[in-house]
Amino acid sequence: MTKEMNLEERFQAYVDGENKVEPKDWMPDKYRKTLIRQISQHAHSEVVGMLPEANWITRAPSLRRKVALLAKVQDEAGHGLYLYSAAETLAADRKDMIDDLLSGKAKYSSIFNYPTPTWADIGAIGWLVDGAAIANQVMLCRTSYGPYSRAMVKICKEESFHQRQGYEILLTLAKGTDAQKQMAQDSLNRWWWPSLMMFGPTDDLSPNSAQSMKWKIKRKSNDELRQEFIDKTVPQAEYLGLTIPDPDLKWNEERGHYDHGSIDWDEFYQVIKGNGKCNKIRMKARREAHANGEWVRKAANAYAEKQAARKAQEGSAA
Amino acid sequence: MSTKDNWKIWEIFIRSRNGLSHKHVGSLHAPDAEMAIKNARDVYTRRSEGVSIWAVESEAITASAPDESEPLFTPADDKVYRHPTFYEIPDEVGHM
Repeated sequence: MTKEMNLEERFQAYVDGENKVEPKDWMPDKYRKTLIRQISQHAHSEVVGMLPEANWITRAPSLRRKVALLAKVQDEAGHGLYLYSAAETLAADRKDMIDDLLSGKAKYSSIFNYPTPTWADIGAIGWLVDGAAIANQVMLCRTSYGPYSRAMVKICKEESFHQRQGYEILLTLAKGTDAQKQMAQDSLNRWWWPSLMMFGPTDDLSPNSAQSMKWKIKRKSNDELRQEFIDKTVPQAEYLGLTIPDPDLKWNEERGHYDHGSIDWDEFYQVIKGNGKCNKIRMKARREAHANGEWVRKAANAYAEKQAARKAQEGSAA
Repeated sequence: MSTKDNWKIWEIFIRSRNGLSHKHVGSLHAPDAEMAIKNARDVYTRRSEGVSIWAVESEAITASAPDESEPLFTPADDKVYRHPTFYEIPDEVGHM
């Protein structure tokens, strides 16, 4: 017991000294579990996040938009892979993680349970959803767990392209016909509040945050990140000539930040519970994609086994 | 066939350009070495990050134990005489 206490105290001091924790270092069991949960959910979000956008690949309005969207969706797949690998360094099993996603046991970011009925939504996802993700991920570049931090550095470099391509889509629409401008405004109306919810519950209702902050897994609170995102995004919306759907949004000179209206947390918890517009469609698509890839995985396995057997035979013959 | 696939974990090293050494960039899953290279190309070099890939089975790596890092590495800390700045050379001698 005392030895365990000492290890935990030493671990805390190590983390407090801004040192990175590496896979084989001793770490509290709860630290490991928290990270596995967080990193695997993060990976699932990248993977499920491909679905709302994939919806528009075949209907992108130009070849330029199409190659950009394809590259972006391919990046999201890559981000999922970086993150699953980071979770594996903590002795999590890839197959278990995937099974948890497919069975519904593991969560992914609720934002992807919203639909993408118009092309402007691809712009809004890049600008707002990736924008919110960037705020979170820039913070996570400094997370205490080395492999997670390194994955985040790589991901942040790539996310910047995602956000810019989204903003450019909306800028084009905002400068277009009245109908196009209306389409951009409508997508902002639908994505604004869910984007703010991406940062999670308010600090007073986020029970696990304190420990994560103490271990420096998280470096900023949900509310801090949300405020950062709002402050950065409002001027960008103004430049587009679009109106953020929050009548209470106004600059607070004293605080040096924007004040915003209250978030509908009821909606947030409903979507988490599975009652969002697209929860079922997303999971169905993911399960089907996994099932349809089964023969590829089997074939690759069989081929590898055959090659290994052949090599072994050649080895014994020689 | 087993339901658990036997895809191994590979550590991927990329040489960003000739003249530099390969550097560890992360890991991935693949059933064999050939597929590991193919996957690494897609996962780690989408933006011209490299000109050469090494894939090494994670299992094949022997690592020093973190709790041995003190006996392994601290003995070097007090050997300042291994560094050039330990030796005093008069300015008149010039750069050495």
